[in-house]
Amino acid sequence: MPVRVLITTGDFNLADEIETLRASDKRIGAVCSFIGTVRDRNDGQNVSSMELEHYPGMTEKSIEAMIDEAMKRFDIFGARVVHRVGLLQPLDQVVMVAVTSSHRGESFKACEFLMDYLKTQAPFWKKEQTAEGARWVDARVTDDAALARWGIQAGNA
Amino acid sequence: MKVTVKYFASIREAIGQGSELRETAASTLSALRDELLAASPAHAGALARGKAVRMALDQVMSDESAVLRDGCEVAFFPPVTGG
Repeated sequence: MPVRVLITTGDFNLADEIETLRASDKRIGAVCSFIGTVRDRNDGQNVSSMELEHYPGMTEKSIEAMIDEAMKRFDIFGARVVHRVGLLQPLDQVVMVAVTSSHRGESFKACEFLMDYLKTQAPFWKKEQTAEGARWVDARVTDDAALARWGIQAGNA
Repeated sequence: MKVTVKYFASIREAIGQGSELRETAASTLSALRDELLAASPAHAGALARGKAVRMALDQVMSDESAVLRDGCEVAFFPPVTGG
């Protein structure tokens, strides 16, 4: 089975990731992907850089379990999640989720499901550098609400 | 028994270390948290009940009722903010 989860300090290339995910599978008729990037503003302050910490081992394990759940819930062929850690700047890519299926509907749903799940259950923490110093980013209740739409109670924030 | 305790993000900073090996008689995550609360003022501040502290046992999100075993890995961290 191909590696479905990558945690890396380096950048990633969407086209390469999708090519690997499709891997000449002629059943695939839809590929849906999402990329999250670093903004230069958050909660009313300018952000000059961001440090991402994670829990090695649990991160990979928890995202693997999320992909297993997505495979059960949706009619998809495969999924790939890449998440960066370490020091990032505005404009940098942070996260990528890509999903393949026969038709678009299942890919769209699975991609959103995986992002909602990851936001509240994968052990990553962001620390932003602003003009007033460094601050840890607060979890959002809206992210818990997003996951609740899928029938999963998060209680993270 | 021996338990590895890990701390992340703001909790790691407040306690001043990312990991410690502890000899404990605690049988649950709740009892271990009580023990840690008494370990130092820094522990008490970072792990106080009522604060937003999330926990994992052997790298799976858990609550305080989780049962510990020898050699297990426990983690305390703030709500996650990835993505």
